[in-house]
Amino acid sequence: MREKLEQIKSSALEAINNASDLKVLEDLRVQYLGKKGELTAVLRGMKDLTAEERPVVGQMANEVREALEVALADKKVGLESEAVNQKLKEEVIDITMPGRKMPKGHMHPLHKTLEEVQNIFLGMGYEIVDGREVETAYYNFDALNLGEEHPARDEQDTFYFTNNLVLRTATSPVQVHTMEEQELPIRMVAPGRVYRSDESDATHSPIFHQIEGLVIDKNITFGDLKGVLAEFAKKFFGDKVQVKFRPHYFPFTEPSAEVDVSCVMCGGKGCNVCKGSGWIEILGCGMVHPKVLEMAGIDPTKYQGFAFGMGLERLTMLKYDINDLRLFYENDVKFLSQF
Amino acid sequence: MNVPMSWLKQYVDIDVDVNTYIDAMTMSGSKVEAVEELGKEITKVVAGKIIETEKHPDADKLRVMKVDIGAEAPIQIVTAATNVNTGDVVPVSLDGATLAGGLKIKTGKLRGVESQGMFCSVEELGFEASDFDDAPEDGVYIFHTPIELGSDVKPYFGLGESIVEYEITSNRPDCFSILGIAREAAATFKKPFNFPEIKVEEVDGNAADMAKVTIENEQLCPRYAARVIKNVKVGPSPKWLKDRLMSAGLRPVNNIVDITNYMLLEFGQPMHAFDYDKLAGHHVIVRNAKDGETMTTLFGDEVTLDSSMLVIADEAKPVAIAGVMGGEDTKVTEDTTTILFECANFNGYNVRQTSKKLGISSDSSKKYVKGLDPNNITLAIERAVQLINMTGAGEVVSGIIDVYPVKREKLTIPYDLTWINNYLGTQVTEEEMKEYFERLEFEVDTTNKTVTIPTFRPDVTMMADLAEEVARLYGYDKIEVTLERGTPTVGHKNFEQEITDQIRSTMSRYGVNGALTYSFESPKVFDKLCIPADSNLRNVLTITNPLGEDFSIMRTTTLNGILNSLSINYNRRNETAMLYEVGKVFEKIEGEELPNEIKKVTVGMYGKEVDFYTLKGLIEALVEDLHIQKVSVERNTELPFMHPGRTANLMIAGKVCGYFGEIHPQVAKNYSVDAKLYVAELDLALILANVEKARSYVPLPKYPATTRDIAMLVKDDVLVGDIEKVITQRGGKLLESCELFDVYQGKQIEEGHKSVAYKLVFRASDRTLTDDEIQKSMKKILNGLETVIGAKLREQ
Repeated sequence: MREKLEQIKSSALEAINNASDLKVLEDLRVQYLGKKGELTAVLRGMKDLTAEERPVVGQMANEVREALEVALADKKVGLESEAVNQKLKEEVIDITMPGRKMPKGHMHPLHKTLEEVQNIFLGMGYEIVDGREVETAYYNFDALNLGEEHPARDEQDTFYFTNNLVLRTATSPVQVHTMEEQELPIRMVAPGRVYRSDESDATHSPIFHQIEGLVIDKNITFGDLKGVLAEFAKKFFGDKVQVKFRPHYFPFTEPSAEVDVSCVMCGGKGCNVCKGSGWIEILGCGMVHPKVLEMAGIDPTKYQGFAFGMGLERLTMLKYDINDLRLFYENDVKFLSQF
Repeated sequence: MNVPMSWLKQYVDIDVDVNTYIDAMTMSGSKVEAVEELGKEITKVVAGKIIETEKHPDADKLRVMKVDIGAEAPIQIVTAATNVNTGDVVPVSLDGATLAGGLKIKTGKLRGVESQGMFCSVEELGFEASDFDDAPEDGVYIFHTPIELGSDVKPYFGLGESIVEYEITSNRPDCFSILGIAREAAATFKKPFNFPEIKVEEVDGNAADMAKVTIENEQLCPRYAARVIKNVKVGPSPKWLKDRLMSAGLRPVNNIVDITNYMLLEFGQPMHAFDYDKLAGHHVIVRNAKDGETMTTLFGDEVTLDSSMLVIADEAKPVAIAGVMGGEDTKVTEDTTTILFECANFNGYNVRQTSKKLGISSDSSKKYVKGLDPNNITLAIERAVQLINMTGAGEVVSGIIDVYPVKREKLTIPYDLTWINNYLGTQVTEEEMKEYFERLEFEVDTTNKTVTIPTFRPDVTMMADLAEEVARLYGYDKIEVTLERGTPTVGHKNFEQEITDQIRSTMSRYGVNGALTYSFESPKVFDKLCIPADSNLRNVLTITNPLGEDFSIMRTTTLNGILNSLSINYNRRNETAMLYEVGKVFEKIEGEELPNEIKKVTVGMYGKEVDFYTLKGLIEALVEDLHIQKVSVERNTELPFMHPGRTANLMIAGKVCGYFGEIHPQVAKNYSVDAKLYVAELDLALILANVEKARSYVPLPKYPATTRDIAMLVKDDVLVGDIEKVITQRGGKLLESCELFDVYQGKQIEEGHKSVAYKLVFRASDRTLTDDEIQKSMKKILNGLETVIGAKLREQ
């Protein structure tokens, strides 16, 4: 009987070792360890043994069983990982094939810039305000200290519906509405469409977009204006940008300034974009004119503020080095999908 | 405003280089736009004297000349010029020289004989012969005044001068003059401003006896001064005057015109010369024109005037349109012997209106519209006649006629050191501030804390204006950058802005690109869109001064904009285009001045894999993203620009939110597109009103669902929408969802019918459903489909 067990063990182990796949291995398990298997048959024959031999052979049979079980399990693991490896080999693909197209829409570049600008000011506590595009002459001119006889009133190339009704030439009327309607203090930016009778070409458009800003509070200074706009320029153009405030004139601010930043293309060395000056004008600003405050019902002896306005097209053209404004209004998907 | 540096330096001592100068001027408020150097490209042209002349051995028309250019040895030049001879001093361009227009001169051989340069005409130096008295029409220029041999000829011709161009803002009419800029330069560089010394030599007589001035409208003409010049000799101006004008970019005409132009530049004061003998009654009357009165301008155009316009008239008729243009009849000609020289102040706004109405703009009107200082006249008229003296253009008759009924007085305003410092965020001392004001010729009274502003600065009327003056002389760049310390506010977008952001995000997610189109368009778009004549869409807001008809009306639909964009894409052979715009249309309101500005969400698309259901899918996704309930779709066959069988209205809460579908093929053709175009135009306000603001989550199911597929045979014209209605109604609470998964026509399907298949999902939230329950539900559904729809159930 012992010999029989030894023989089963050695032949089984050899067979397991040689098993070529999981099916063969399973057949071997059944052949040796199954209910009708060889080892089981041997164990059944134990009842014929003597009482002394029985535990000895029993122990031996158990050892053989364990050995076979271990061998089967090990072989199974080996064969399984072989099978996986085989499968992986067969599944090699051409990873240079193009990816499957996902739907991908793009923001208009002007909205992309607008989002950026708005986020900067939202972070500084400004609310976003909308305004109307068809305005009365009062809000477009008079309330901004541009009376009927003001020479600058003609410089604006205004589109008229009637003597009293115009397409707004700037987003500045939103300043007045906001001052009239809202509680103080005010911190707001107002983006929107504006209209001027310029023929469309690479650098002009009769329709374009501005972003207006307004702050009204107590103890606001020109230094604060410089602080806010310098911060904006750094966030928008990067930390290295230099900012210059130059005196200028706007009827609705006093003092007024234009703001230049060091050229984003050449860093200030001088190039085509900055026409060799190293500086690029990006916005106009100033302390809100006391007359404008007064007309909007705010006491200029108690409150001051500043206002600013910038061109969205200009910022976007600078940001992406776009040289033709008309591209923004053609909506060619080859252009739009670049943003 | 263009100012030659040399002219400016007459009145203020600028001792810095041009770059330092323009930076400082820009930072003190006179923004420099450009610096141009006259004749910058011209190099290596010197004065040379012809010392020997020989015939060219091989060419009859050429001569060989030896020229002394102040060097050790003379150079040799071969020339075809006929007007020069031995002894003449001429401009010589040397080897390597560049002439006007970029022409380069090199040593070379002419018919075998070496020529080391070229003699120059004034044209080759960038002028016209008529700019100089002594330049021949066609030939080499010959110097008639001594010039050092070998010296650069550019200074002689006024070349090499830096002309600085300033951007003058409308609050500073005083700076539209060289004296104004000089004053600013003096203040900027803390230098004295040297006003030109004015001395006039007069001859006997009395202007007041010779002519009379009456101002009938003092509001429009606050001041009118005149001088009389007799024994006038109209002719060319002397070289110094011509040089001055040319350096500022003006062509000389004759002495009288040149003096007027000189005054325009230097004092910024328009002048006008009348032929005294042609003024009826020698009486100048400044009055409003009569309606219908006519005058011929000195350019020979007859203009019809109206009573809003101010004219200069004699006792018979208008002789000039005040501040705009003189008349033909009284203009100065070569025969003129006596001149009445006008130096007047007119209301800028009136000049602007008149100039606009008549469509005439002149150098004078351009100055007047800025609003000039009447007190400028006192010295200007003296300067003008001094120039008459200096040019020998005539004799100045004693006396000035000066009618000045409405005097402009200096304004005195208070200053408050603390207020100004607080406003600017500076710590300027009173002493410094006083010094700034005085540099600007403001008189400071430190006891009463006031400043008196000169009348040429009408822009300074209040403390904020003083703050600006302080800021720009202190230096904008020196004002310290501070952080605002006001009451904190919270940055936010409003609901509409947030939802619009969400719409943009949905569009991006599904492959639709952001577009922007014009808000004004042509009235012809309505025909292009096949919109009937009586449509309300044609009730538009019209621009009275548009950039042409194509941009003359405010849009009442966004359709044209999106179709144009699709057309551009299609005709540039872009295979697919999907666009959206959130933009306004403008709706007139009866009895109201301001129109309604209505925001629309517009979508346009075409492409290989784009059809009605692509667009519908996008709209469904949008509605779902915004959590809008009560949405349905209704067929719309009424829109003339849409395909009648492929258009629907999006209904939200029972209201029409807009339409979507396929564009009518005729309209697509009108936009040069031979493909199916799909558009949607939705009302943003209705979307906003129905966005579900507060939502709570639906707990995840605890019990399993059971699904059943059904397929049925229905007639072709049955709408799946109707089938779904029956299924959902009959399915009741237990039916979680029903999803259309197949619509089939063709083989095995009875003619005129289609097979429609649904997957139904049943579930209860509190138990596992029994077969019985589902069977009951299914039976109700199938029953309904058979009786209501007439569906025949197909075997699974």
